[in-house]
Amino acid sequence: MAEPTIYEISSQDRIGFRFPACDVPETALPEGLIRDELPMPEVSELDVIRHFTNLSRLNYSIDSGYYPLGSCTMKYNPKINEEVARLPGFAFSHPLQPVETVQGNLAMMYELQLWLAEICGMAGVTLQPAAGAQGEYTGVLIIRAYHHSRGDLKRTKMLIPDSAHGTNPATSAMSGFEVVGITTDANGNVDLDALKAVLDDTVAGLMLTNPNTLGLFDQNVEEVIRLVHEAGGLVYGDGANLNALLGIVRPGDLGFDIMHFNLHKTFSTPHGGGGPGSGPVGVAKHLVEFLPFPLVGIIEEGDEETPPLYGFVRPEKTIGRMKSFHGQFGMMVRAYNYISMHGPDGLRDIAESAVLNANYLLARLRNTYNVPFDRICMHEFVMEGHLDDAPDVHALDIAKRLMDYDFHPPTNYFPLIVHEALMIEPTETENKQTLDRFADVLIKIAEEARTNPDLLHTAPHHTPVGRLDEVRAAKELVLCCWLPDKI
Amino acid sequence: MFTPHTDSEREEMLRVIGVRKLDDLFADVPIKLRFPNLELPPAFTEIEARMQMEELAGANETAHDLACFLGAGAYYHYTPAAVDAIIRRGEFLTAYTPYQPEVSQGTLQAVFEFQSLIANLTGMDVSNASHYDGATATAEAAVMAYHHFRGKRTRFILSPSLNPQYREVVKTYMGGYENINLAGENLDPLCQPDDLASLLDDNTALLIVQYPDFFGRIFDFTALIEKAHQFGALVAVAVNPMSLGVLKTPGAMGADIAVGEGQSLGLPLSFGGPYLGFFATKKEYVRKIAGRLVGETADAEGRRGYVLTLTAREQHIRREKATSNICTNQGLMALATTVYMSLLGKHGLKQLANLCYQKAHYAAEQISKLDGYSVVSQRPFFHEFVVKCPKPVDEINWHLLDHDILGGYDLGQDYPSLAGHMLIAVTEMVSKDEIDALCEALEEVNNG
Amino acid sequence: MNIPTNLKYTNTDEWVLVDGNTATIGVTDHAQEQLSDVVFVEITVNVGDKLAKKTTIATVESVKAAADVNLPVSGKVIAINEDLPQTPELVNTDPYGKAWMIKVELDNPAELDALMDAAGYEKHTKE
Repeated sequence: MAEPTIYEISSQDRIGFRFPACDVPETALPEGLIRDELPMPEVSELDVIRHFTNLSRLNYSIDSGYYPLGSCTMKYNPKINEEVARLPGFAFSHPLQPVETVQGNLAMMYELQLWLAEICGMAGVTLQPAAGAQGEYTGVLIIRAYHHSRGDLKRTKMLIPDSAHGTNPATSAMSGFEVVGITTDANGNVDLDALKAVLDDTVAGLMLTNPNTLGLFDQNVEEVIRLVHEAGGLVYGDGANLNALLGIVRPGDLGFDIMHFNLHKTFSTPHGGGGPGSGPVGVAKHLVEFLPFPLVGIIEEGDEETPPLYGFVRPEKTIGRMKSFHGQFGMMVRAYNYISMHGPDGLRDIAESAVLNANYLLARLRNTYNVPFDRICMHEFVMEGHLDDAPDVHALDIAKRLMDYDFHPPTNYFPLIVHEALMIEPTETENKQTLDRFADVLIKIAEEARTNPDLLHTAPHHTPVGRLDEVRAAKELVLCCWLPDKI
Repeated sequence: MFTPHTDSEREEMLRVIGVRKLDDLFADVPIKLRFPNLELPPAFTEIEARMQMEELAGANETAHDLACFLGAGAYYHYTPAAVDAIIRRGEFLTAYTPYQPEVSQGTLQAVFEFQSLIANLTGMDVSNASHYDGATATAEAAVMAYHHFRGKRTRFILSPSLNPQYREVVKTYMGGYENINLAGENLDPLCQPDDLASLLDDNTALLIVQYPDFFGRIFDFTALIEKAHQFGALVAVAVNPMSLGVLKTPGAMGADIAVGEGQSLGLPLSFGGPYLGFFATKKEYVRKIAGRLVGETADAEGRRGYVLTLTAREQHIRREKATSNICTNQGLMALATTVYMSLLGKHGLKQLANLCYQKAHYAAEQISKLDGYSVVSQRPFFHEFVVKCPKPVDEINWHLLDHDILGGYDLGQDYPSLAGHMLIAVTEMVSKDEIDALCEALEEVNNG
Repeated sequence: MNIPTNLKYTNTDEWVLVDGNTATIGVTDHAQEQLSDVVFVEITVNVGDKLAKKTTIATVESVKAAADVNLPVSGKVIAINEDLPQTPELVNTDPYGKAWMIKVELDNPAELDALMDAAGYEKHTKE
């Protein structure tokens, strides 16, 4: 049964929540500035709880099943993180309070900055950016500021591999750069010849994801970085795939100048159906002075008896402010707790297990599906959702059929450089039984594709709704559940 | 630690993969840099981790322990128990972005309802699924206006009474475009809408005002918006959504865009985040909106369902031609405010706005009776007002802390001409007794 | 796939119908096949605009893709198809007829020589 909308279950004059009576003498509200109507729902508290509980049951989630989504790192979101983020000392602190009254928050943020810097081999970290895309934006702005500070205004190009996530070119364009694409070679590495052909003194930098979106560690990464540095450019690391590198290698050691983290991927903060995320950025020494303001720092040194006084500092050549206040603090608390529960050994175990799981699945599936790059993968791999002897079946059909077996599909049609791509990232928190079941189902679906393709074309059959008419949605554009004549 | 593998499972998996040991899987990593020693504290178990976090949280004094009169863009409001109960459900909390709509109808319908509630609250036609916060939503309004005029209009007028942090973020976001002129900063911060009108010209893409403004003042912008439209410019109103429980809407004033910070709709203070940006506009601009949009449709059996729509605008398809790079937004916070707005509903939202208004007016009246203090905001105001103080604001605030009171915002930090002025906010969480205690303490500082 | 022989083509899937000194521009059958159901068309230039070759004159959006339509030859815009934005599906059903986008007065007819003919375009679509 479909769940009605909150407006459809409203009943005039029904009350859901009561505030205490006003304890001060009342004055009149300003004339001419009062609204006529307030078209809001009128429901009871039970209506609300039942409505949203019923909606929640229409959702797939990590708590209920496995998400093999490449580049999303859908690992288990520890429940303890939810508890600690809600501690009153954190939850009720106002961002503009005097720093002396929130030393707990600031000490934690300062230490998180240090930890993230240590994990990726960088000299400075900002926790301010709200999500990966905003982290990228921060990074690209820093690159621009760096070149401008040296009087170098002709570097207007940003090099981006063709396997990159869409946010990379979008971010570069937003920052006023011209995007130049770099091809990937037959081994799944950045094509060195293509790179050399475009490197000159008009290149500001290269945005590189390593391991890349094919799940492959670039076998020439140090050379790629060296070439860009030699041409005077900087190298930005998209940290979406950091899960494969924790305790294995540090991007800073490889030569990356700047990178972002996705706390909602690598560091287990929950996806929440589309956020909030958090995208801290780490930079090498020569870029620390450009970090956004405010940055958490020590404003009074401590000694053996007193701890230091933490506060906010303004980097000398700061690119400015990326968002209001200090960043997604609640997500920082969760990530901090997560890192403290792993320590160096635990972090390495994450990467090892993630890479083990991905390679295990790859080994189980490579005889059924075509895998274009025949190498050991990192934490994810890409295979083609297209079988030679089932030409009418596409990656989309396989994805939809997976839902009938209670699995969320892998990432579809990305990266763009693999035909009918299915990108699979199991993460380290899935056990062998789940992986075996997933592989078995995918093998079964390949068989169904040959013998009964229609089953795939009309899938999914067992979900709350079937395939939805997206053309109709885009044409009719019903974006509100109020008056039908609104849109 | 949350990895499940046993030794024998690991061995079996390595065998199937065809490598001898785990390290072999990392052969592509440069050998000299492989397996660095990370200088991090050793792992805590859950019990130890929790104790550490309790210690850190315990080192703070917060709005929970103090009477809170601090606002300036983030407000202490009550979060009903039902809100947290819903957002802690794993089905919402741990769900992915709803790219596969068949298994994400919970998230999609909740976002559809969020869009509807925001559109109705602000009096606009459509809303998107959220931005990071009020500041970035305001910046996206500027970016949208820039692209609407295809870069041919380059003047952006920002009211001096716009939240200073919003202004900073707009500057950051407009920095990537050529020849942008950001006007309005040099006006007197407490100026009137007419003063802004004098800055309008044919090169103006967007005028941004705040409502209530940073100083708590309420103006009817209808006439100003008409003037801006005569010049062909767009107008964005950055609005406190909670105030719309009683106040005339930006839509009713003719605004093209309504943006703002949704934190005041029951989201905890949480030291500045995660918060919630909202973005609502007129139907004619729907294709220019950045961020996700959920639309209604049906499946082959005629069952109503919801999907992400107009996705061709977004970064994953448009790539460098996308007008915004936004991907992950504030999904769970949008859900939280949807539950909040549903629970409070017509009656509760009005009651809440009225409580804040009344308590703030009572506080302003009592403070204006104190020697040495004067309330300088022009009336009418909503739930914040400006007080000229007899001593430096931080000195007063230190004294207030001794009385378990969190004092207002020192406006001198952002506006040199307002040094010695404090911005006081009052919400439903403050009682009459606490307001009276504030007045006593303020009096004490002046005399002491 | 339909590739009328009386038209000229670009390698970015626009077609040009030449009539004296006037050129009519639209997108090809091949283009609409790639896009699938077109839900939105926006013509981003005005009558009277003097435009250089390669200027973007329209955007076409489907559920899964968005594409810019670029001017194959320089000229002055003398007409735009006001009906097309109301009925974007015409791009799918009648790409060479009712889904014409703009008409320009040619600045430099020699530019037409750089365009492909039907045979050349057909070859291009197979690559």
